[in-house]
Amino acid sequence: MMNLADSAPATNNMLGSEADSQRTLYPYVTGTSVIGIKYKDGLLFAADMGGSYGSTLRYKSVERLKSVGKHSVIGASGEISDFQEIMRYLDELILFDNMWDDGNSLGPKEVHNYLTRVMYNRRNKFNPLWNSLVLGGIKNGKKYLGTVSMIGVHYEDDHVATGFGNHLARPILRDEWHENLTYEEGVKLLEKCMRVLLYRDRSAVNKLQIAKITEEGFTVSEPYSLKTSWDFNAFKNPTLDAEGSW
Amino acid sequence: MFRNQYDTDVTTWSPAGRLFQVEYAMEAVKQGSAAIGLRSKTHVVLASVNKASSELSSHQKKIFKVDDHIGVAIAGLTADGRVLSRYMRNECINYSYTYESPLPVGRLVVQLADKAQVCTQRSWKRPYGVGLLVGGLDESGAHLYYNCPSGNYFEYQAFAIGSRSQAAKTYLERKFESFMDSSREDLIKDALFALRETLQGEKMTSSICTISILGAGEAFHVLDQETVQRLINEFEVVGEEPPANEAAAPDAEAAAPGAAEGAAPDQGAAPMDI
Repeated sequence: MMNLADSAPATNNMLGSEADSQRTLYPYVTGTSVIGIKYKDGLLFAADMGGSYGSTLRYKSVERLKSVGKHSVIGASGEISDFQEIMRYLDELILFDNMWDDGNSLGPKEVHNYLTRVMYNRRNKFNPLWNSLVLGGIKNGKKYLGTVSMIGVHYEDDHVATGFGNHLARPILRDEWHENLTYEEGVKLLEKCMRVLLYRDRSAVNKLQIAKITEEGFTVSEPYSLKTSWDFNAFKNPTLDAEGSW
Repeated sequence: MFRNQYDTDVTTWSPAGRLFQVEYAMEAVKQGSAAIGLRSKTHVVLASVNKASSELSSHQKKIFKVDDHIGVAIAGLTADGRVLSRYMRNECINYSYTYESPLPVGRLVVQLADKAQVCTQRSWKRPYGVGLLVGGLDESGAHLYYNCPSGNYFEYQAFAIGSRSQAAKTYLERKFESFMDSSREDLIKDALFALRETLQGEKMTSSICTISILGAGEAFHVLDQETVQRLINEFEVVGEEPPANEAAAPDAEAAAPGAAEGAAPDQGAAPMDI
């Protein structure tokens, strides 16, 4: 006779054995928004250099924009250690691609789809890489810009953003983006978006980088800060109508 | 090639540094019916002679679509060829799924060659007894490769394998320099001419040959019988004159006896005397 006590598994196997503790449960050090846009000669990306530890703005020199091979750029928000893991996957992918030494190379579209597969498969194992990624590049004159989330949602567009950027930056881009932005116009547009994020996103820090990729290659700017203005009437005498407040 | 004491295992070297089992496998390729490939900058044509074992049976399939941008023609043990075609299709599909992009043909042939090499270095395996002409597209254009049972692979402008392939190779050697800039139609015509050489006098009909083509903007497909028959009729009627832009006309006349029957009705009739 079957021993009924043995037939049911002790743990819910969907979540993996709790004794493993090897899967992502919650993020620890996180980056906030990344924005990417296409412009006349290629693509531009912006991200600040903050690594938050919960509500503490702990790390202020985190590079969240990296190049991938000759043709692509990746920007990451979310768990920084998972982004570093993704970079190891991508560096290995590019290495093997180069080792073929045959005139073929992985372009931004291929890298984006590879990442989508990785993110989605991890999500299915209940062990996600806790990131939202922006992936873009240009190859043989064709511009490509896409995004992947930690659950594997992916799409392409002329302008993409992660996190708060979706809510604060994309409406600005929908109004003001067009196909023939010059480099200067593109940077100004990104800075406009980053400034709004700086005012309104409490995980933002005022130290950012702009990355550019064109047919010639990848460059990322030295870190710099945006000028902000707090000289608004609404910020003066804030307790005027709230007697007793401070 | 004669039997000797070093040819039992694929993993036994002969004192002269040869692997006889691998060489015997290449013999199997030479026994199969002919397969031909040619390429231009933008297109690859693969053609084969379809031998049926008897009048009652159907012809063996020797040309396989591997992906929209890759096709393969085989000669030798067709069963081995089918298995390798399935492997190639699998590799292409997996690459497309991961990268949303077609697998570059140059990488596929290296994977195929490495797979064949394994069988030359395991005592419990035997080499694949099939030669493959792989045609496909790459970032750098159209390519034609030949994969051997030995695990070697070579790139070609044009090549022929299987029985009586030397006749086709001789024809291709004369004409290959013009292939790079050939039009799609001329490439197909040259494939048919090369194929005819391997028939050595047999009547050329669309039931005995298969022609396939792929190119930039044109997915791999096998031409249907009517199209092939129409193309054959075109040059048979003209009297085995190769395309107008061909400069080696005298050589073409020398090859004429091979297909004289097609033109005989015209040339056999004497002018009326009365």
